[in-house]
Formats: sequence, structure tokens, C-alpha cells
Amino acid sequence: MAEVNTGGGGEAKKGKPKKQTLRVDFTPMVDMNMLLITFFMFATSLAKPQAMEIAMPVKDDVKKEEKSKVKDDKAITILLGKSNKIFYYFGKPTDVMVDNSKLKLASYGGMDDHNSLRFMLAGRNKIAMEKIARLKDQKDRKKIKEDFYKNEVKKIKNDKDGQVVIIKPTSDCTYANLIDALDELAICCIGTYAIDDPSKGDLWLIKNNETGGKLAKESDLSALSAKK
Amino acid sequence: MSKVKTKKHSTFIDMTAMSDVTVLLLTFFMLTANFIPKEPVQLITPGSISEAKIPDSNILTVLVDTTGHVYLTMDRRDNKLAVLREMGKAYGITFTKAQEASFLMQPIIGVPMSTMPDFLNKRLEDQDKILKKYSIPADSTNNQFKQWVQYAAATNKELSIAIKADQATPYPKINGVLMSLQAIKQYRYHLITKLDAAK
Repeated sequence: MAEVNTGGGGEAKKGKPKKQTLRVDFTPMVDMNMLLITFFMFATSLAKPQAMEIAMPVKDDVKKEEKSKVKDDKAITILLGKSNKIFYYFGKPTDVMVDNSKLKLASYGGMDDHNSLRFMLAGRNKIAMEKIARLKDQKDRKKIKEDFYKNEVKKIKNDKDGQVVIIKPTSDCTYANLIDALDELAICCIGTYAIDDPSKGDLWLIKNNETGGKLAKESDLSALSAKK
Repeated sequence: MSKVKTKKHSTFIDMTAMSDVTVLLLTFFMLTANFIPKEPVQLITPGSISEAKIPDSNILTVLVDTTGHVYLTMDRRDNKLAVLREMGKAYGITFTKAQEASFLMQPIIGVPMSTMPDFLNKRLEDQDKILKKYSIPADSTNNQFKQWVQYAAATNKELSIAIKADQATPYPKINGVLMSLQAIKQYRYHLITKLDAAK
């Protein structure tokens, strides 16, 4: 690779020492370096993974308090069922037991799907969503500061009279379903939510719905609602 | 009249400068490198709109695959050793220097304590194969996963827990992990997702 050039060329005079220039060809060196760079670029994690922060309720004591605080007309219970099905109902489960049609079926679709969870949540939480959209617009136009925006959004999301959502993933749903449901809440600006295990009553509701209200007809409902 | 002489140009390009640049770049990449830990299972994380990043350091990552196998990775080496010693104490196992060194080399914690000394005696390449067969026991009768996290949280107060699970994992498996964490008073987690802005 190192090249020794005899200078001048042509007629070399006898007796005179030859002029020598030493040149090293760096091309292979560059090639090798490029390869190594490529390796390091692929092997390193320059981009950190995204993450969704989640806080689970502290067990027992706090939960009961919060549960009793939730107003029935503001509570939405979402049941994540098998094969990407979502069931939801408003208010108390006992009302739904009597009337099967109150348990509604939703999909994970976007805003243009009128049967989707997002469409329903956005409809219920319209005022808060509009408020936040207005704030975001103001922030984008640099009228309000970043910190102020964050604080205001937090206030709106944690509003005591706002929507409360309880997500109950059944044992048939997948991890992706849970993340999707949490995403829908984030999109619809709902800050108050809890993840809970489905109660026996909730599972019964799904079964009842799948059989078209057959279970409700067969069993004595007054006893069941008393149990709840 | 003399003839117009065409000069002979040499095509030799001096690559020295180019080489300098590449070496510089290489140095940068080498110094900033933090390697992606190799995982015994391939996990496809679910997409989410969340753009938040996980913290830089002090992370304990819980890997959960579709069959519910649980593995752990810790980014702080000094903590890792302390936790291993604690676990050894709890199970009446003392590890040799060689075993401890082997434990530090292996980024994944993923075998039951009973097979741990045996596992650490093996070569690193063999360990990776064995890892696929085992996982940390996390059921109610033998919840070693809980103990690992408990000791890790005790040795490092700033520890944050990241959960990386496959999107097709059945919910009961995830719930089991969350329940174990709640039982040792760990309530905040980072669920690792990949950005899906299209949603």
C-alpha cells in the first residue's frame, strides 16, 4: 500500500541519489473505520425506548375511599374482553344487570369509527378536551408558558367532577389491549382512572351480553343485585 | 512551434483527511455507546402515543414474554452484585468470586436460585442457551421475582421499574407481575412501548 515514487522519471542520472516521496494509501483504513462506525451505530441504543408512566393504586385503604367518592353519573367502567372486544357501561353495574342493552360494545378504532371507544370517551369528555386544545393552541402561539400549560392541563385532568374511568381487563385480553385502552384515555384527556380486576358481576355481565340476555332471564335478579 | 504537452495527472487521492474524520466519528460512537442488552426472548412492545422516555440510569427492567416467563436486567453493576449476595443469603448460597464475575458478565437474570450456581459455572455462550429454558419463578408459592425486586429496591433507593412485555402477552401474566410488585409496595412503573403516532 505504501508507494515509493521515484521522482522525475525519464532519464535518471547515474550517480545521483534518487529523490523519494513516500505516500501511504489510506483508502483501506477509511474502509475499515466506516465498517466499525456502522457497527457501533447499529449496536448502540442512541434512541431510548418510549415508555408510558403508570401508577397503580396503593392497596386496600385508599381504594375504598376513592370508590365511594366517584359519582355514578361520571363513572365509566370499561371491560376489556377477548379478541379485541371492549364492553362498557355507565354508572352502577346493577342497572346493567336488569337491562342488557346498557352494556355497550366498542372497538379500538379511531375518531371516524362511531362505534369506537375513543368516540365515546371524547363525547363524554368534550368540555375538558376543548379546554386543553385551546390551551395547547395558545402554547403553540407562545402566548402562555410551557409550565403554565402543564399546570393547567393537570388541573383539568384531575378535576374532581371530571370523568372517572375504571378499566377492568378480563383474563382473556392481552397486554396490547390494556396499553391501547390507556392510550385512548390519554388521547381523550381523562386523568382520573384506575385499573382494577373485574368483579364476578362484571364477568356475569359479559356472559349475559354474549348470550343475549339469557342469563338474566334464567336467574333471579333481585337476589343478584342484592349481592352486588 | 512546440507541441502542446498534456500533463500527466496522477489519480492518487489523499485519504488522510478522510481517515481523520472517520477515526473521530468512531471515537465518538465508542465513547457514547451503551449497548442494547441482548434479550433471551424477542419482545414486540405495543405501540402507544406516549412520547415520554425512560430515565437514564437506575433502571430495573422486567421482561415478560408471551408465555409469562419473567427475566430481569439491571443497569447498575455494583447494585447487581449486592442484590445477588442478598439473594444468596436468603437461599443459603455463597457464590465464589468466579461465579460473581460470571453473574456480572451476564446481563440477564433469569434462572431460579436453585440452579443459579450451576448456571454461573457455565460459559457465557452456554448460559444464553440455558436462559431460554428457564425463567425467574414468579408464582404465589415460589415468588423469587418479588424477592429480586425487593432487594434491588432496598439497595438502590432511586430505582425505577420498567416493564417490557410482548404485546400478545395474556393479561393474567402481566397482572401477576403487577400484583407481585404491588405486594412489595412498588406502585410506579414505566411500561415500555414503541411510538405509534398514527393512533
